[in-house]
Amino acid sequence: MNIQATDGYVTEDGRTIGGTVLDLKNITLRFGGLTAINDISFDIRKGEIRAIIGPNGAGKSSMLNVISGFYKPQEGEVWFNGKKRGAVKPYEVARHGVARTFQNIALFEGMSVLDNVMTGRLNLMKASIWQQALWVGKAEKEEIENRQKVEHIIDFLEIQAIRKTPVGRLPYGLKKRVELARALAAEPDLLLLDEPMAGMNVEEKEDMSRFILDVNDEFGTTIALIEHDMGVVMDLSDRVVVMDYGRKIGDGVPDEVRNNPEVIDAYLGVSHD
Amino acid sequence: MSADFLYGIEVIINGLMSGVLYALVALGFVLIFKASGIFNFAQGVMALFSALTLVGIMEGQVPFAHLINAVFGTSIHNFGWTVPAILAIILTMGVMVIFAWMVQKFLFRHLVGQPHIILFMATIGLAYFLEGVGDLMWGSSIKRLELGLPQGGSLAIENLTSGLGGDDFYGFFIDKLDIVATIVAILLVIMLVAFSQFTKYGRAMRAVADDHQAALSVGISLNFIWVLVWSLAGFVALVAGVMWGAKSGVQFSLSLIALKALPVLMLGGFTSIPGAIVGGLIIGVGEKLFEYLVGPMVGGATENWFAYVLALVFLIFRPQGLLGERIIERV
Repeated sequence: MNIQATDGYVTEDGRTIGGTVLDLKNITLRFGGLTAINDISFDIRKGEIRAIIGPNGAGKSSMLNVISGFYKPQEGEVWFNGKKRGAVKPYEVARHGVARTFQNIALFEGMSVLDNVMTGRLNLMKASIWQQALWVGKAEKEEIENRQKVEHIIDFLEIQAIRKTPVGRLPYGLKKRVELARALAAEPDLLLLDEPMAGMNVEEKEDMSRFILDVNDEFGTTIALIEHDMGVVMDLSDRVVVMDYGRKIGDGVPDEVRNNPEVIDAYLGVSHD
Repeated sequence: MSADFLYGIEVIINGLMSGVLYALVALGFVLIFKASGIFNFAQGVMALFSALTLVGIMEGQVPFAHLINAVFGTSIHNFGWTVPAILAIILTMGVMVIFAWMVQKFLFRHLVGQPHIILFMATIGLAYFLEGVGDLMWGSSIKRLELGLPQGGSLAIENLTSGLGGDDFYGFFIDKLDIVATIVAILLVIMLVAFSQFTKYGRAMRAVADDHQAALSVGISLNFIWVLVWSLAGFVALVAGVMWGAKSGVQFSLSLIALKALPVLMLGGFTSIPGAIVGGLIIGVGEKLFEYLVGPMVGGATENWFAYVLALVFLIFRPQGLLGERIIERV
């Protein structure tokens, strides 16, 4: 399948993918002398599940950090929702509609699951600090409305039973799910998942895959994810970017990527000399 | 009931009330420490500065009068008006918000990610700088704070309880100002807890206290939250400054109440708001009771050191404090 048209496409399972949400143009990121990302361009379309794969140290997480504004690339342009992104802070990127999870899980350990997920909606709550402090105006109404949305997400991800539990007490797999819930609560235009299945057993991986597909299906969320497990990636994603040593070595639908000789080399460990 | 026993109870009540004031100061420390990991040595000076500012505004003093007169050869000291207490409190709060913003903008923004000891040293510098600014703005004389708060012993309580212990007992002597301070402190704590538990900004505050990276990822501006936290600490400092100032006059020794907050924090834990309150009460009651029971045997003046010894004992057995987060080190 040739996906070069700018106005979306139809997937094998019949979902319609929209126009470009995120467009990365010639991104280069260096840490001192080390080039983590070398002149990479790709786009993410509305409603699509886009995977970024590659061996360890390929620069996948750096890429995600560029998209979420945690790293500033030295060269290249980031276009989001049709606008070129200037020098913005990570929290501003989040406010503009990019939510994310972290490889090593970054949750508020001391807060309950419910409160954690509620923080995801901070930017959707518009009451001023005075209304909040005095609990007047739209403060109360807003709190109730947002609470309902959050309860819906909690039900959807099947974590009702642990709503009031402090996150610090939860096992790893559930923490990953709470983090997904928090990111989802922000109703993002683009959801970034940094190794959502790292460190999980087969059963947990299947659960997480199902949730990712369901989220995409139910909320129409555009998702970009990083994953090591090739099998999982091929099943989940609509299109795949393959990185190696900071370069892009493949880009396309899973079948295309699977048969790309350069990708096979990178994964089977052919010498880079 | 014997009179001695009743005097003991009176000592405990008075101890609880001075404990509330200790807790008030400690609360300011906890707020900032939780949200930013900064142990703010300047909290006491902030209380002093806010009380000075409040008196200055109320009396219509010209800020920096000495400086202005020295530079321009003028001789102005007063605007010639007085400002009602409520308005003056609001204006003072405004000054404390500006102070919070400046501290963040010119100091701690540039120290993000530095080790704790550097941040601590910065607050020591800040403390003496602010003391100097307070001196320059409002002069160094001792000022009376006349907010119209009730003062002196409460006759009602004294009369009500006078017959309890026979003829030797004249009733409980409880300062009205202490009662007011207790009520104000309780209200303040309820407000702070409600704000941090049930509002968007409170949730953001707790989020920042917990994990910076995660906070950024949900769109929280760390800078804004830190200004907010310093403003709240400024508000707490103002309340503490008013209560202590009304009690013993607004003078530079007011800044030393910060030292009283240290044992309270060691006892209650640096990260716990309830801990600050419980710690304050234990220290308040402990030192008054110790002075009453043991003081006469050792020649008195135990209030100077008792709190610190109590805190040291606590440190040995429970280093995280009574209600602080447990220190767990994984190896």
